Parts: sequence; structure tokens; C-alpha cells
Amino acid sequence: MTTETAPAKEVDTQELERVTIRFAGDSGDGMQLTGTQFTRTAAVFGNDVSTLPDFPAEIRAPAGSLPGVSGFQLSFSSAEIYTPGDDPDVLVAMNPAALRTNVGDLPAGGALIVNQDAFNPNNLKKAGYQSNPLSDGSLKQYNVFEIPISTLNARALEGLDMTSKQVDLTKNFFALGVMFWLYERSMEPTLRWIDMRFSAKAVVAEGNVRALKAGYAFGETTEMFHTTYRVAPAKLAPGTYRNITGNEATALGFVTASRLAGRELVYGSYPITPASDILHQLATYKNFGVKTFQAEDEIAAIGSAIGASYGGQMGMTASSGPGIALKSEALNLAVMVELPLVVVDVQRAGPSTGMPTKTEQADLLMAMFGRNSDSPVPIVAPATPAECFDYAIEAWRLALKYMTPVIYMSDAFLASGSEPWRIPQVSDLPDISVTNHADSATFQPYARNPETLARPWAPPGTPGLEHRIGGLEKADVTGNVSYDPDNHHRMQVLRHEKVAGIARDIPQLQAHGPERGDLLILGWGSTYGAIRSATERLQAEGWSVAHAHLRHLNPLPANTEEIMRSYRRVLVPEVNLGQLSLLLRARFLIDVVGFNKVRGKPFRIIEIKQAAEELLGKDHRND
Amino acid sequence: MTDDMTPTSSTNGNGHGHGSPGNGSAALSPENAQVIELTRKDFVSDQEVRWCPGCGDYSILAQTQKTMPDFGVPKENIVFVSGIGCSGRLPYYMNAYGFHTIHGRAPTLATGLKVARPELMVWVITGDGDALSIGGNHVIHSMRRNVDIKMVMFNNRIYGLTKGQASPTSELGKKTKSSPAGTVDFPVQPLSLALAAEASFVARSVDTHTEHLQATLNRAGFHKGSAFVEVLQNCNIFNDGAFRDFTEREVRDDRTLVLEHGKPMIYGKDRDMGIRLNGLHPEIVELGNGVTEADLLVHDEEAEDPYLAYMLSRMWWPQFPVPVGVLRNVQRPTHDQLVVGQIDDAITKFGDGNLEKLLVSGETWTVD
Repeated sequence: MTTETAPAKEVDTQELERVTIRFAGDSGDGMQLTGTQFTRTAAVFGNDVSTLPDFPAEIRAPAGSLPGVSGFQLSFSSAEIYTPGDDPDVLVAMNPAALRTNVGDLPAGGALIVNQDAFNPNNLKKAGYQSNPLSDGSLKQYNVFEIPISTLNARALEGLDMTSKQVDLTKNFFALGVMFWLYERSMEPTLRWIDMRFSAKAVVAEGNVRALKAGYAFGETTEMFHTTYRVAPAKLAPGTYRNITGNEATALGFVTASRLAGRELVYGSYPITPASDILHQLATYKNFGVKTFQAEDEIAAIGSAIGASYGGQMGMTASSGPGIALKSEALNLAVMVELPLVVVDVQRAGPSTGMPTKTEQADLLMAMFGRNSDSPVPIVAPATPAECFDYAIEAWRLALKYMTPVIYMSDAFLASGSEPWRIPQVSDLPDISVTNHADSATFQPYARNPETLARPWAPPGTPGLEHRIGGLEKADVTGNVSYDPDNHHRMQVLRHEKVAGIARDIPQLQAHGPERGDLLILGWGSTYGAIRSATERLQAEGWSVAHAHLRHLNPLPANTEEIMRSYRRVLVPEVNLGQLSLLLRARFLIDVVGFNKVRGKPFRIIEIKQAAEELLGKDHRND
Repeated sequence: MTDDMTPTSSTNGNGHGHGSPGNGSAALSPENAQVIELTRKDFVSDQEVRWCPGCGDYSILAQTQKTMPDFGVPKENIVFVSGIGCSGRLPYYMNAYGFHTIHGRAPTLATGLKVARPELMVWVITGDGDALSIGGNHVIHSMRRNVDIKMVMFNNRIYGLTKGQASPTSELGKKTKSSPAGTVDFPVQPLSLALAAEASFVARSVDTHTEHLQATLNRAGFHKGSAFVEVLQNCNIFNDGAFRDFTEREVRDDRTLVLEHGKPMIYGKDRDMGIRLNGLHPEIVELGNGVTEADLLVHDEEAEDPYLAYMLSRMWWPQFPVPVGVLRNVQRPTHDQLVVGQIDDAITKFGDGNLEKLLVSGETWTVD
């Protein structure tokens, strides 16, 4: 199929502010790649983008089965957006199972593009369909485009030295080509990517190029489509941008922190979803002096990190909930010996193994309290994929300045979701370096900086400072082992005060909206986008609503209570059963209202908006 | 900013660059041992030693302090890392850097420390419960990686600090507080485990054989790579006399086999007993009556394959004299050398990382 022989057709172009597309198919169908390619293309074009990959934990669940469905939703816009969109405008379903698991999210009138070829009796049965939805009228509220993608794609690749299985694997690029045509996107970025990715396999490269171009040409020539859609570039703040996922930003943030502090990064880690990508990425930064260590288990991972920090470098580890649970004892050692350390928790749905690829923010109380005794650890939590960069640096700033382990909380949604990131100038980034103690005349292992209460860092290799540390209680100042009752009380209080004092060194909580009002929606972590969007919609409708988002969970910003008391009600949406709510109620005796849903998925804007409206409406009725 | 920083050194003036006196293998060679004049006293800390009177740990501490000056490593470049148990207290008594960590995990911290600071000399002090029970996994992996640590395992076949429960090396059927009817757990043989884990240096000594112990620790200290030393140590409170049958002065010569590289395996007060190979099995023979030294097994601690060392690790009183000394001593690249090698290779290939370039890598676009 070539464009030259295609008959010209009348095509209308429609301007849209925002479009949300969901690609869904079998986990072997390459939906994540398809979504990523569309995202990159939209981002490079200048749209604001936000993405939500949604895939099963099984690498290859049985083909065509419901558990094997993999999805990728992306939203792109000519205005600033905060979320990957509640509901898709367009659903691309590569097989019946993908249709069945996703069509419920498609609003009436939404566009549905299906691979007609996949709707055979076998696949229909695997998806649990009694009759073919393409012919039984059950899809009549949608704008359905049935395309025999497999057949058309196979025809386009005829003559190439590829097996039929290899040919079939390229059909996602046919679908991508159709979408590029529909949204007036250039194929160039993807063609360049194919070139790079398959440079060693010319025939596979050619197959993918043909598939992509055939899909594009199909859109152009078929009588099926009469409209293409245009989404203009967004007016983002001036600067150089790149599209970035949370895990990518996290890894870049840690390398950057290492350079800003002038110490080597030593990253000890054990593979776990969804944190492993940070290890993979850092392992490629060896020329930055980054040392990655794939440990034999989670405990060895944090142990090696503590050993590295003891040695004067920047030891850190990352995991997800089950692994963080295993690290608790060692983390407490770091609390006791007061060494800098950063522990990343890319949260996922639990308890136990739970749903490894699905998101949740239910490790907050574990981060706060999941250790024996009173064991204060600062906690930071980025709110967006791009912010993961900033808070990686912030986590290290606190760890180094206060000689303390710091927990950095991301989640599966932040980790794999992406958005445009305005790349900072390195010269604008903070200096987070600290000096080692080197003077033997003044050295006491547990003497404290009067301002920060940090103890001195005296790594081995410093002459005259030979000393011993360990998990046994330390005598104040000397650091000798001590069982003295008063000393223990004093040390417990000192450890507590050191972390609490960080509140003086972090930004105040900002409310987005009126300074006083009816409702504050207070969140943390990856719920930022949904809360911000819901808040702006409510504000546009005239409600007196503000949004505040915590990036520091321990200690809380100094003005947290003041902000909370400036509104009649406080709504706390969390993807857990009320963990921040519990902390806020306990700390401030404020009767916050939780909005809690744990479906392994990020909040939808509409859910938060409705929860807020219900609260506001109740108050209204009570007036 | 730190554009000119090289990733293998710190810009913080913390004095631990690669040029420090304790750097690398040079300082660890016997010829360099005279460079730094230290004595045992230099390694005695100001802390009061608090093991039970009569504990075998006192001797291990003393022999460790005595051999430390031999290495020519300044004491600020020596670190003792320990786990939990009576053995875990040793770092407090050494005037060097010390880290008393958590139960079973000392090898993990030591590994991270060596990755971060390859120039340091790192000793891991552990016990049979710490190393073989709760920390078994870490022993295996630190050995197979050939992390350049000297692991000294105090084996008293009992949990002492928790007051007398069976340990992974307690003999089957042993009656303890936790096993009043006798243990039902078959014991592990520490040296067999270390060999299976690919330790490049494996040795055994006895707390009361002070000269032998000091010499063995000395050998371990000069080994480049993972060294595993089992010290048979008497807990006179909870398991007194665990090794008495073959370690007491009167019987020692007849019941232990002192291994010497390249020498036939002869033992006995009268040097008239030996070990001969019969098929795949060792057997005890008496010299004379046609049996000569030429019939005996010759110890080869440097054998590439571990079979001989493994066979020795299985020999135990009363079936055999208990082998003491170095069972295995082979060379292969250490973990930290390989880690640093990859860093150096990456810098050679790609140049020292440029942060500005890294941040703008991938596809970018500009908004004016």
C-alpha cells in the first residue's frame, strides 16, 4: 500500500484541547512500546503529556486471556495537565480480552478502534464473550472502527524474510501509524527510534517501518475516517524539556545528588517490581563513579548501603513494600549509628506480594513507624514524575546535613508514569556537600552540631579518629556503649528532636486557592494531579476550595496545622485506608475526612471532585 | 560544582584518596610490613573487656592484636565489622575503626564498605550462630564474590550471649536449654560450607593454640580476597570443653593434623601417623612396616580444584585427627577490583560523566 496510488479524500480537521488515548492488547502485543512512542512524539511536538501504563505482573500471561491484558493510557494537551485523564476518548483494543477489560471506561460516543482479525471464536471464548461484540450490537453507543489490522499488516510486510510470528509482532506499529495519522503526528521520531533499536536487524527494522507507514497510509486512504484531530502545543514555561518517568527522574536525581555532594553513589539493591528500573538505569552511570551492587537479598542491599555510608560515600537502597519490610532492622541500625542513607520505597499494592505492578500509597505508616522502638526517620514524597528528580536531591540534602537515614516514597504510578520535565541548569541546583570531621583534638563520635543536632561524620581512613559505633545504645557525646537510664532517655529525645527540627529547614506548605475557605483538599504523593485537577474544576464552579500537597511527611512543614485550620473542612484523599488521615488526626486533633480507595489504580479526577462536592454540599445543607 | 571530580576520589578533603599509606596490596606485602612501626599495644582500645573470665575470646582478641602490626597498614585504615553474639564485642576492644552491626549482617556492611573504600583492610568478626544461622546467606555470597574481607568465625557450638541454646554447629542430639531432649538438627560443617561458597582462603585454628592461631590470622590478613577462618573457641559457661578431646595439650599432637603446604600429612607426638588416600577416602596409617612418607597425601592448599580441601573439611575427631591450618588458598580477582575495574573502563570509554550532558540526553525540545 502506498500513498501515491491512494485516491484523495475529503478530510476535516478538528482542533481539540486535550485527547486521552488508551492502547490495550495482549501483554505480548507491545502496548507499552506503542504508548511510549505516541507519548514521545506528542511530547517532542510540544504538548503537555501525562501517562499511565497499566500492565500485569506476569511477563507473558496466556495469550488472549483477560489477566494478560496490558494497557497504556496517555493524555496530551495544548494546556497544562496534571493527570493521564480519567476516561479515554479513544480506546485501541487489539483483541477481545483487551476490549472486555477496558471498554467499561470508554464513555458513550467514544472512539473504539479494534483489530477485527483478533475477534475469532477462540479469542472470544478466552475473553468470555458468548457472542461477538462487533456484531451483536453491544457496542452501539460507541463510534466503532473495525480494522483488519493483522491482515493488512501482513500484506504490507509481504516479501520480507520474516516468520509469520515476527510479522504479527509488528502489528502494534500499524495501529500506531493509524493513530499518528488521526492526530496529525509526524512518524519521524518513531522512525528514528526504529533505526536505532533495530540497527543490527535490518529486516526487523524494515518490517516495523513498513507496518508504521502502512497504518498511516491506511488512515489516509480509507473511507472509514473523515476527520483528523489537532492538539496544539502547550504553553509551558520556557526551557528545554524531555519526557521522563518517575523512575528515570529518580535515578537522574540520585546521580545529580552524588555530584552535588561530591561523593560516590553506592546503590545496593535487590530486584523488585516496580523499583528495579532505578537499578538498571544507575548501572549505566559507571562513568559517573556510580557503583551499583545487586545484593543477595533486601537485607544485604541495605547493609551494603550502610557500609558504604560508613565509609564516607553515599550509600542508598531501593525497594518496594515487601523489601522495605525486610530492611527494617538495618534501617534502625542507621538510625542508631546516625549515618546518612537514602531508602527508596516505590510503593505497590499489598499486603504481602499483593499486586506487584499496581499502585498504592499504603506504606506511609510503615515508613513512619515500622521499626522497633521510637525510631524517627525523615520522609519525603515527590508528587509527580518530574518532581522525583528534585526530591532525590532533597532526600540526600537532609540525609547528609542531619546525618540520618531518609525514606523517599514513590509509587508504581509515579515510577512508570511520565510527563514533560523542564531540565534544570546544573548551576541552579543546591550545593548539598558536607565535610567530614578530621580534627582528632575535638573529635567525639556523638558530639552534636548545635543547630542540626547532627553528629560528626568520621569515616575510616581518618588518622587519630579511630572509634567504634554500633547498634547498642550510645552514651551522649562519647558514643561509648551505655546502659544508663537517663542517658537512654536523653538519646531517645535527641534522636526525636533532630528529625523534628528539620521542620525549620523545609519549605512551608502552600495552599493553591483561597487563603481561607470551606474546604482544603490535602494530599501527598502521586495523587497530586487528580487532586489539583479536581480542585481547579471546583474553583471554576465557584466553590471555595484549596489544594495543598505534602512533600515532606516527616517532619511535616511547620505551618501544616495553620493551613489546615484555615478551612472549615479538610478532605484527605489517599490510595490507602486512611494513613495520612490517622497521622493528621493524631497530631493536630483535627477531624479530617478521608477519601480512600485502593483499587491498584490512581484516583480519577471525578472521584475526588465528587467526594469534595459531597462534603461541601453537606456543609451547605447544614448552614 | 564538581565537574572536575574523579569518581574514585572524594573532593571533600577527607584524606582517604587512593594514595593513602594503606592503599592496595603494596602495603599488604611482607616487605612493606616494616614501613609502619606499630605494636600490639597500639591496637588495644580504652574499653574494658567484658567477656566471661576464662572465655576463649580473650585469646582470639590477643592474637588478633598481636598480628595486626605485621600488615604494615596504618590503624586508621583497618576496620573491624561484627554481628551479634559474644564475638560481636571484639571491635570495641580493638583500637581501630569498628562497627558492631546487627545479627548476621556484618558481611553485607563489610561488602558495602569495601565497594565504597577498596583501600581499607576489613575484618569481619562473627560466630557460629551469627555466620551460619541468621547470616548464612551473606557468608555464602560474600565468599562467592571474593569480597576482600577477612572473616573470623568463633565456633563454640552454642549460643552464648542468649545463654545456651543449640547452634547450627551443635552436635546432633545435644541437650541444651532449647533442646532438653537433644537437638534433632544435623550440624553444618563450617569449612565445607565456606569451600562450597567458593571462599578463596579457608583455614581453621584453635583458641588455645595461640601461636598457630596468630600465624593463621596472619595468613588470612595477607590473603587478597575472601578469607574464612574458623576458630574453635571454648565457651566455658555454656559449652565447656566442646573441643577438649582433641585440643588439650596432652592429646593435641595425636588428635589434630597441622596442615603445611607441600608437606606430607603427618601427625602424632612421635610424628609416626599419617593420612593416606584409599580410593576416594582418607585413611589413617602408621608409618613403618612398609608405609613411608611417600605413601602419604601431600597437602596442597593452592590446588585449583577444591577436592582435597573439601576432604579435609570433613575430617573430624574421633574418626580422624582434626585438620588445622590453611585448607585452601587460591587467587582470583576480588570483588572490589572488579567493581573499580568497570568504573575505570567506563571512564576510559565514555569519559568522566558530564552531568549537564546527562540531564539533556534523550529527546528534548525547547519552549521559548
